[in-house]
Amino acid sequence: MSAFSAIGEERDVERDEFTPGMEPQPTWCPGCGDFGVLKALKGAMSDLGKNPEEILLCTGIGCSGKLNSYFESYGFHTIHGRSLPVSRAAKLANSDLEVVAAGGDGDGYGIGGNHFMHSARENHDMTYIVFNNEVFGLTKGQSSPTSPKGHKSKTMPEGNAKDPVRPLSMSLSAGASYIARTAAVNPNQAQEIIKEAIQHDGFSHIDFLTQCPTWNKDARQYVPYVDVQDSDDYEFDNSDRREAAEMMHETEDALHEGTVLTGRYFVQEGRNSYQQEKRARGAMPEEPLAERYFDDDASWERSYDRLDPFK
Amino acid sequence: MSQDELIWRIAGGSGDGIDSNGQAFATAMMRSGLNVFTHRHYPSRIRGGHTYVEVRASADEVTSRGDGYNVLLALGDSFARNEQENAYYGNEELKPLSENLDDLREGGIIIYDEGLIDASEIEDFEERVEENNWHVYPMDLRGMARDHGREIMRNQAGIGVTCAAAGVDLEPFRELTRENFAKKGQEVIDQNIDILERAYEQANENFDFEANDVSAPEGEHEEEQVLISGSRAIAFGALDEGCRFIAGYPMTPWTDAFTITSQMMPETGGISEQVEDEIAAAAMAVGASHAGVKSMSGSSGGGFALMSEPLGLAEMTETPLVLLEAMRAGPSTGMPTKPEQADLEHVLYTSQGDSHRVVLAPSNIKECYEQARKAFELAYNYQIPAIILYDQKLGGEYRNVPASFFDREPNPSLGETLTEAELEEATHDVTGKFNRFQHNPDNDKGVSPRSIPGQKGGRFLATGNEHNPPGHISEDPTNRKNQVDRRNHKLSKIRENLDEADQQTTYGDDTATFGVLTWGSQQGTVREAVERLNEDGTPVKALSVSDMAPFPSERVKEFIDSVEEVLVVEMNSTAQFRGHVQRNLGTDGEKISSLLKYNGNPFEPAEIVEGIELQLDGGAGTPSAQTRIEPAAGD
Repeated sequence: MSAFSAIGEERDVERDEFTPGMEPQPTWCPGCGDFGVLKALKGAMSDLGKNPEEILLCTGIGCSGKLNSYFESYGFHTIHGRSLPVSRAAKLANSDLEVVAAGGDGDGYGIGGNHFMHSARENHDMTYIVFNNEVFGLTKGQSSPTSPKGHKSKTMPEGNAKDPVRPLSMSLSAGASYIARTAAVNPNQAQEIIKEAIQHDGFSHIDFLTQCPTWNKDARQYVPYVDVQDSDDYEFDNSDRREAAEMMHETEDALHEGTVLTGRYFVQEGRNSYQQEKRARGAMPEEPLAERYFDDDASWERSYDRLDPFK
Repeated sequence: MSQDELIWRIAGGSGDGIDSNGQAFATAMMRSGLNVFTHRHYPSRIRGGHTYVEVRASADEVTSRGDGYNVLLALGDSFARNEQENAYYGNEELKPLSENLDDLREGGIIIYDEGLIDASEIEDFEERVEENNWHVYPMDLRGMARDHGREIMRNQAGIGVTCAAAGVDLEPFRELTRENFAKKGQEVIDQNIDILERAYEQANENFDFEANDVSAPEGEHEEEQVLISGSRAIAFGALDEGCRFIAGYPMTPWTDAFTITSQMMPETGGISEQVEDEIAAAAMAVGASHAGVKSMSGSSGGGFALMSEPLGLAEMTETPLVLLEAMRAGPSTGMPTKPEQADLEHVLYTSQGDSHRVVLAPSNIKECYEQARKAFELAYNYQIPAIILYDQKLGGEYRNVPASFFDREPNPSLGETLTEAELEEATHDVTGKFNRFQHNPDNDKGVSPRSIPGQKGGRFLATGNEHNPPGHISEDPTNRKNQVDRRNHKLSKIRENLDEADQQTTYGDDTATFGVLTWGSQQGTVREAVERLNEDGTPVKALSVSDMAPFPSERVKEFIDSVEEVLVVEMNSTAQFRGHVQRNLGTDGEKISSLLKYNGNPFEPAEIVEGIELQLDGGAGTPSAQTRIEPAAGD
């Protein structure tokens, strides 16, 4: 019998179950795109029938890091840039958990960039949502890794001399197996994309455009947006790495020219997730490891039985 | 020269099989009934350079390297290649012989491979041999190996000559050859044994070994022994505590424990992760522990520096975490393969805020095992990071330990953790969240039992921000004070637990008025020095401390009060442990002086004897060139 009965429990889950009963109320600014992520995530989880207690939502630091304060589940508000190593280890420890990591663009593409690259290439079976508002919000408006070239801020008074990172292209080269971009202003698409990402067996990366009405006032509302899958203007096969790469590049350029393109950019089916890969090599037990600690009948190997080579 | 011990040094280039042959020799000595202790010296190079392993074997207990050694097997560096390299590094072929002469005791034996080394190129070699009454046995080990097998088998030839020269029985080596080369097939085994025997016979034909008076002592063990390194003892301790997750990034010397554990994990149902950096490594240990698996990570100085933030996160979220810190000489990249005890302050104080942790510094191989277990017990029962602080010396040295020492029950308990049934009875806040950080007044440890993600009725928020009972971020002053006080309170409870465990050790004459204080890996050498002085009629006692934090102030104070003068022996230049003692005690500065060594090599017993004698003589003298005395305050 599982020690974790919230996992895999079959029942209807109301969207409200993901809303904390009373407090805390979100402290995000009115009009903040982060509300859009919260709403879409709640919708996706209830559509998928996930029990709040089978979900571990790990966040980084920043406005986005508050996501698990306002989302009812197990949560781990970690440190700046480190939500990925914490969450992927939790998934290895208990592979039945539904693990979602979230953080801002500074968190994921800046300070935590190394973890992003390696989590993607290892293809951990989890979902990573990056709140991309092209600015540092909670520390009051400094330029972030996704801020456009020329972006003026208090720490870059002469304007940003750096080209912005390319989140989608970076993700593709790193090795993520599901890559999408959505926007807070597009709640239905966002909810569908989060659902697909969670259902995908492997590392799913969502670059989620979240407008910042306080620090990025100028027209960065990400409207109007275009769904590249719905538009006749864009034709590409998102299972083809080369076509996906081209479309991503175009999408990243277009954003800075005022055109907001969204959609599913890369979907790779049939590739082993990291957990599957490790199990196939005998480097990870078949049963969720955490279960063993609650199993009174489990037998535990001892060093005493491993002494022969040292005699 | 002492007749009751054999200290054999095998020297060559990195990549010449020095380590594996050193270990084989130590195993053979152990099997012959002797107690063994190894000392490993190597450069940060893949190939070449001056490297040696020393095996000290005696019928008596051995706790340290000796003062020098008495048998040298100089293989010559087979990787020394060309003129340019020689111009830069010097003649590396010669170094295994030339670089090891200073430590060779009078009357000692030199066996060298004349197939590689031309001793006439060494300055004053003949004069030094004569002066020191050394016995020199050159043999073409390389040629012999090449003629009867392959050139790399010259190690075997060298061991054969050693056995002949020092009267060591060949049989344990035949046995080890069969075991160690079992996977390589009968032909390789036969060739190796053939070379071993040929060398033995040839040496006996060539030389009259009666002329030297070095011989292997005889001994007998009362029970079966195993040859274990400090790193392996730590890994064993972790395994027996149910640790089944390790994450790390390679760094010398921590790599030893990382490798050993990684090799055990798949076979014991665990998971090992080599990851992108040490921040990820420590953060992953936190994540796995949070999700209900006993976990550890670790590194050496520079990598450990990157772990500061995850360490603080574990402390604030009260996630059990065990980290290893294997010290090497710093600062910065320092001397990667050389030991030093200079990360004490780093490990005690890294991470922002009023952060707390347990820091244990085991002093010998048995303590490595026991304190690794203690670290897990404390981390999981008190929900706090626990660090094992050791060094390149302790991690890399081998000693024989009775096999029965490890015959203990495993303890896979997650410590203060609730089951789903217990969670039903636990308190929850108005939103239905479990009051994970609600101090239970009945539990005077200050620890709130935790739930594990996936459990019904256990959801909570873990956060590095200050938080209220269910984990919501809170800056409420009353809550803040309660939570800080509760977390701080755990330390005094841990101190009580440690007082019971009593991990401090005393040696020497209890009535002595001169005391030596030491910590970590220096224990065995201090012990030998203190025993020698007492045997020679100079009463001295010693206290070796393992609990770095929380600090055993009472025990240390009692020791200091019991003597008139204290000498703190440690392997660093800034007297960090002495500072730590005085910070905790707040007194006695005028009574405490230091003996320091930081040249990259661990103390020899004689250096400590010298330091103690100088202090007993009033502290005016100057020690040998490689150690330094730091006087007491006011002196």
